[in-house]
Amino acid sequence: MKEYVCLMELHREVEECKLREVINQFVGKIYQRPPLRSSVKRTLRTRDIYYIDILDIQGKWVLMRIGCAPGTYIRKLCHDIGLVLGTEAHMRELRRTATGPFKEDETLTTMHELSEAIYLWRECGYEDLLRKVILPAEYLVSHMPKVIIRDTAVDAIAHGAALAVPGIVRLHEGIRKGDVVAIMTLKGELVAIGEALMSSDEIAKASKGLAFRPLRVIMKPGVYPRCWGKARS
Amino acid sequence: MSLSQRGLEFIDKLDKYGGVTRQWIIKSEEETSPDYGYLPWKRPMNEYINMGVINLDKPPGPTSHEVVAWIKRLLGINRAGHGGTLEPATY
Repeated sequence: MKEYVCLMELHREVEECKLREVINQFVGKIYQRPPLRSSVKRTLRTRDIYYIDILDIQGKWVLMRIGCAPGTYIRKLCHDIGLVLGTEAHMRELRRTATGPFKEDETLTTMHELSEAIYLWRECGYEDLLRKVILPAEYLVSHMPKVIIRDTAVDAIAHGAALAVPGIVRLHEGIRKGDVVAIMTLKGELVAIGEALMSSDEIAKASKGLAFRPLRVIMKPGVYPRCWGKARS
Repeated sequence: MSLSQRGLEFIDKLDKYGGVTRQWIIKSEEETSPDYGYLPWKRPMNEYINMGVINLDKPPGPTSHEVVAWIKRLLGINRAGHGGTLEPATY
């Protein structure tokens, strides 16, 4: 999910009610063909626009906050709004205000603050600012459903093995087969990103079976002890 | 507070940050050993940096690629990426 604030310039002024009506037509599923200047294949494809909030209208200028699926071209959206309005329009300015779970909040930092934090760490041994400016990578999966595993299950997953029900200590409700989840340790460390082979309800009732398969392993093998394989006492 | 209580509290903090309101299904109560692994915010600095993410308000001049190169050099790390570039605002 991405969010943008965009300044659109109409080539002619229109009545506010018509502007609002046309913009509302673009909320939901829309068609888009990527522009000439893009790195993707220029096929007609559908995109989801979750919301368009009109923040301000001044003559030909329209300020909007737009929530949409990744891969949506806001410039093309402004162009197409202009076509439907009959005025023609183009995008003047764009700022991305959210990417997945990350937004403009207290975690947002600048190159200035980052280089200051690095200086304080390297020259003065002061870590606190750098630990504030850099977040643990686990924040990357903060928006995903999570599955917590016991210590003895970790190393097998780190080697790419599927996660079986007995290894699961707790999990979020509402996970369906095929959903992408974050597999984590009891300390909160990210082990892997996985795909559900069973639903939360099935896992709740089951005592065995393969529940998740790793899509991408994050944790290095050997961090947690090896508790699998033939030579075990 | 036990180690796994601290870990689970961190996970609840992640859920809050990511807007996840799901409830937990608890299969068992387990503890985690202090002998291996780290609470994420307590990783030693070199590991913390390599398992980190920065919510950076990128200045408009340099490209995302250039900024990533600066950060790799400043932090002394080999691998870093960015979350996608913006389309150019004007033709």
